[in-house]
Amino acid sequence: MADRMLVEAVRMALARVMSEDETVILLGEDIGRNGGVFRATNGLLERFGEQRVRDTPIAEAAIAGLAVGLAAQGMRPVAEIQFSGFIYPCIDQLTNHASRLRTRTRGRLTCPLVIRSPSGGGIHAPEHHSESMEALLTNVPGLRVVFPSSPKRAYGLLLSAIRGPDPVVFFEPTRLYRSAKEDVDDSGEGLPLNCCFTLREGTDVTLVTWGATVIEALAAGDHAADEGVSVELIDVAILKPLDFETIRASVSKTGRAVIVHEAPISGGFGAEIAARIADEALLSLLAPVKRVAGYDVVMPLPRLEQFYLPDEPRIMAAIRDVMSYT
Amino acid sequence: MISQGASTPVRFIAPDGQAERELPVFADRAALISFYRAMLLTRIFDEKAVALQRTGRLGTFASSLGQEAVSVGLASAMRKEDVLLPSFREQGAMLWRGVSLVELFLYWGGDERGSDFAGPREDFPICIPVASHAPHAAGVALAMKLRGEKRAAVAVMGDGATSKGDFYEAINISGVWRLPAVFVISNNQWAISVPVGRQTAAATLAVKAMAAGIQSARVDGNDVIAVHDAVGEAIDRAISDQGPTLVECVTYRLGDHTTVDDSSRYRSDQEVSENWPSEPVARLRQYLTAHEGWTKSDEENLIAECHNLVGEAADRYAAIDPLEPKDMFEMTFASLPRDLEEQRNQLS
Repeated sequence: MADRMLVEAVRMALARVMSEDETVILLGEDIGRNGGVFRATNGLLERFGEQRVRDTPIAEAAIAGLAVGLAAQGMRPVAEIQFSGFIYPCIDQLTNHASRLRTRTRGRLTCPLVIRSPSGGGIHAPEHHSESMEALLTNVPGLRVVFPSSPKRAYGLLLSAIRGPDPVVFFEPTRLYRSAKEDVDDSGEGLPLNCCFTLREGTDVTLVTWGATVIEALAAGDHAADEGVSVELIDVAILKPLDFETIRASVSKTGRAVIVHEAPISGGFGAEIAARIADEALLSLLAPVKRVAGYDVVMPLPRLEQFYLPDEPRIMAAIRDVMSYT
Repeated sequence: MISQGASTPVRFIAPDGQAERELPVFADRAALISFYRAMLLTRIFDEKAVALQRTGRLGTFASSLGQEAVSVGLASAMRKEDVLLPSFREQGAMLWRGVSLVELFLYWGGDERGSDFAGPREDFPICIPVASHAPHAAGVALAMKLRGEKRAAVAVMGDGATSKGDFYEAINISGVWRLPAVFVISNNQWAISVPVGRQTAAATLAVKAMAAGIQSARVDGNDVIAVHDAVGEAIDRAISDQGPTLVECVTYRLGDHTTVDDSSRYRSDQEVSENWPSEPVARLRQYLTAHEGWTKSDEENLIAECHNLVGEAADRYAAIDPLEPKDMFEMTFASLPRDLEEQRNQLS
């Protein structure tokens, strides 16, 4: 097997489910002839035809709304929103319709759709192309929010997201699209949408993150080991519904937690995890829970974005800080 | 009757009940009486629902008083296999489609089971956020088209909905993909307190179809025959791959926006009074009396029948226990995730 980039893993998963299930329909801006601006859907138009790989007009609310209508009719729409900064027009559809159709009809109609969107900074993109807004969606009951950080996990989680019965927002870490590479076996096996991934086992600090910052967290884990600190790294990957059990068990073991995410710190999903730790694992803690996150500022344009994004030195500073408590 | 940019509302029966032109073939005695019965049932349901709300036995409610012909006209033009996507003032259409009176009471009484229709299983629940169901209709229509089915999606919304981007996005995408969708505008002249003239500079709402390159019709929404005729033709076009149609039905909301609205704050009694002579139920009754031998006893029997049906349904609604509190969790996802299970256990 050859190493696959994360964006290729996404494409492999899409092709796999499309060949298995003819109700899977792709929708989005420039996903057909152009293969998607990141080429996630490259070649799928040629393989599956224009009925199933549909270039839409530039109308994000309608893309999400179309997906709701298709899903309620038993189809499996997978919509691409070109950048997560353009997902806001979809939020009405996601919150008022997709997430609650099952509840409001007591299961008569359901909404098994997937909205895929690249998310996060670090690719020197123009305005509105670099934000992380997962916390806007993790507060929506009835939505699953998934944010993989490696080609294998992107492949397996996307398969499960598309095959599953619930609406899923699937964020893809933009800056890992081409930099993250892994052997990906096109086995067709999905990964469960109900558990975190423990990427590194350790005993001193639990490092919790998701998406692109998993890379910085992995580096921090190595760096900490050089300093004699044993880091347990958890890639949350599925933010909603949250597998808190894995985090609780880890924090109970280590007594220290550092949470890392790119989105602004206040009201970010790290706050939820910190609150859950305070609620359910406080007596295990040896140190305050630390968050390393984006600042509460507008996402800077490329010249300053490196100073906004949580990097390995900031994560290390937090690790050293929590290790100062014994 | 469908043509681009039509401006004068098409009608068959004038407000005084006189036919102004030859009626379409479908408008035989049996059909007209079934329309009349459905409109009357809707009106009596609305009266009862308002009364129940006023006495604390129903939640906020949106009466369709004066707009019954739009609702019944569009639904009666649909086939069983089509899919209705209603907004919140279309009880006439929903009843015609097979939603029960009890389900309507349950919905407005605050119980999700009211949208678990036993009859039209594929019809959408009422859409409260304005126009956000318009793209759903495009999605439903796309599913039908992809499967090669001869079916149509019919969405109905108010005049206010045509100000929203969702409306334009939906008609635009339906046009370019030639989807079997019908968008019915129930133009009751008021978006709560804002009249059409202050919502848009467009001469009519039907002309908005031009921007999407789709066909439109503009009909007298208080003439059930005109509504049925235009929507029926639009459905015929949809299922024969001729694309979507926008049907503007010009009507008037004789009541308040909802039971928590007081329309005297923004419109005069005189305006409302001036619109009563055009209302759809009396119009059809006058026609039936003059042309189809509808008698006083027919009328009395029908009113009594409708009152009985509505009264029985209200009694059955009142006797239905609420869901268990834990039931609020059950339908969030297909199966209950562990964190929700923990929250459910906290509740009980």
